Amino acid sequence: MIKFLPAFVVIPLLTAFILPLFSKKNKDAATVLANIVIVSLLVLSVLFVNKTGVYVMGQRSIPLGINLVLDGLSSLLLLAISFVSFAAMLFSIRYMEQYTAKTKYLSLFMLMVAGMNGVVLSGDIFNLFVFLEVASIASYSLVGFGCEHEELEASFKYMVLGSIASAFLLFGIALVYGNTGSLNMVYISEIIQQTGMKNGLAFAMALFIVGFGLKAALVPFHAWLPDAHPSAPAPISAMLSGVLIKALGVYALCRIIFNVFGLSIAISWTLVALGVLSMVIGVFLAVGQWDMKRLLAYHSISQMGYVVMGVGLGALIIAEDGSKIWASLAIMGGLFHLINHAVFKSLLFLMSGSVEMATGTRQLKKLGGLGDVMPITRAVSFVASASIAGVPPFNGFWSKLILVVSAVGAGFYWLAGVTVVVSLVTLISFLKIQRYAFLGELPEYLQQVKESKGSMLYAMIFLACLCVFMGLILLVPSLRENILQPAVNVLMSGQGYANTVKTMVQQ
Amino acid sequence: MKGMSVIVKTISSWVKVLIILFGIYIVLFGHLTPGGGFAGGVVLASSYVLLMLAFGREFVLKNLPLSLDSKLDCVGGILFIAIAILGVVFGGVFFKNCFIEYGQKFNLISAGTIPLSNIVIGLKVGASLYLVIFLLSAFRRDDSDEQSVFRSPEEIHDRAMKDEKESN
Repeated sequence: MIKFLPAFVVIPLLTAFILPLFSKKNKDAATVLANIVIVSLLVLSVLFVNKTGVYVMGQRSIPLGINLVLDGLSSLLLLAISFVSFAAMLFSIRYMEQYTAKTKYLSLFMLMVAGMNGVVLSGDIFNLFVFLEVASIASYSLVGFGCEHEELEASFKYMVLGSIASAFLLFGIALVYGNTGSLNMVYISEIIQQTGMKNGLAFAMALFIVGFGLKAALVPFHAWLPDAHPSAPAPISAMLSGVLIKALGVYALCRIIFNVFGLSIAISWTLVALGVLSMVIGVFLAVGQWDMKRLLAYHSISQMGYVVMGVGLGALIIAEDGSKIWASLAIMGGLFHLINHAVFKSLLFLMSGSVEMATGTRQLKKLGGLGDVMPITRAVSFVASASIAGVPPFNGFWSKLILVVSAVGAGFYWLAGVTVVVSLVTLISFLKIQRYAFLGELPEYLQQVKESKGSMLYAMIFLACLCVFMGLILLVPSLRENILQPAVNVLMSGQGYANTVKTMVQQ
Repeated sequence: MKGMSVIVKTISSWVKVLIILFGIYIVLFGHLTPGGGFAGGVVLASSYVLLMLAFGREFVLKNLPLSLDSKLDCVGGILFIAIAILGVVFGGVFFKNCFIEYGQKFNLISAGTIPLSNIVIGLKVGASLYLVIFLLSAFRRDDSDEQSVFRSPEEIHDRAMKDEKESN
């Protein structure tokens, strides 16, 4: 089974190079090919649930060669990437007809998927960087895909900040290599366990936090996100907000901090502080927005804050030798919120794309009364809004519940309070979308508006069903043991990761 | 007269051969000396940049049309992955060396499939860097629309041809 592991990177990469060879006349064939590939990746990622293993490229021994590592955390992220990219690809069959050069769009989309899959599978720190750049550069050009003035500006801003992040990461990797003599995460982890954190490594850690923080758009580093996400075409906004900032930012940050460098109280507090800042500042910036996609983009910052806060709280409890149960619960809350956010935020962005395509605007003040003419879009937007605001029984409720419970259980009452308050403000801003876009009077100039058709609807309904039923991942023990718990165990094991991977290699 | 003076044109038509030769050398000796597919590809693309500066865009476009160039770019990528997949087919592992022996160390034909990978990377990098530089030179502000408009390579190709005709 494990010998099919490179397929996650190879298949989309190969397709990305084949797709531009299709001429404009054959763009339907190209679309079908891209969809088949994405569906096959989805099937593959479901088959790989709760599998572990190491794939060594070219049979060269590990410190020299390149290896791909599949463990619980990787397979959780692979699932999220596959599901969201499936929905986004399905949505773009119809949505991207309004742009020219659809084959190039599909090709860049595939590159982005290949890069993200590579990031979550890579077992060495430099390949992680390479795949991160593949995914980032594809996303820079996808953000500017519409080629209007505003989109190019956002794309340029994103590119400048993204390149700064990459420069920080490269510098950090160079420092790690200089101090440990290895790029393989297993070996770096072992050497750090033997020698402890030297000054150079501590500086590298700071560089990683800034670099991955920029990629994840945590609050002091969030400036690019509110421009970049609204400017992209809707399926790409869904991909960027749904999985890109998670795979490139939060996943890589967790992997480096928990499994490679090991936890300390200072780093854990940094994570908690970044998380809380993102939660609070993101949500208050969001509430005043009148551009629908911009509002959603600010909420991405806020929701990423939940994820980082949950994981950081777990780290803090472990670093302070607190109760393992509350630590694993907090990490589980963070990771569960990560996949929940991937689903409902991509649904919200697809919904905004559907509204924008039908009405030609995304300014909330110009919309109104769409509930009557676009009933299905309205229904999915209700489901997604309820999920993100944490209304039971939708998926967002469960992850926020675990976060609050674990914060209270571990004695961080103020964190629980902040979580609840931010959730309330989230609810207010999504009531605003409901009120201004879907309720009220239908203005004169929107009388001709019709409901979106075909693939766009299927994609939205698919994600809405996921929103409703994803609570089961937590509630049904067999699903939880197979999907969530392995990922939590990887983070809980900390630097035991090195031994786990070594035993996997010997098998 | 298009392009630069006769002196520049004559010299660059001699020098281009040397540059291309040097690029091919860097690609082929990538596994033995510093350099490799990427560096050699950059040198190959720079020969076209020299021609573009000396003779003008139209000359280069006749020599290597953009549509062909972007196909070369894709083919380079596909071939690179194909070499990696051959490793799976013959050796069972991705990127495994197959059907070529490792050979004597420091010989030109050695290191298995690595030189092949270098050649296709050289092709890909050369083609795509040429494309990048050409697009940068063809991308200009269109005052009639009052804002920059991006065009597909085919469109830029057509417009460049039209511009050259008008200037004659």
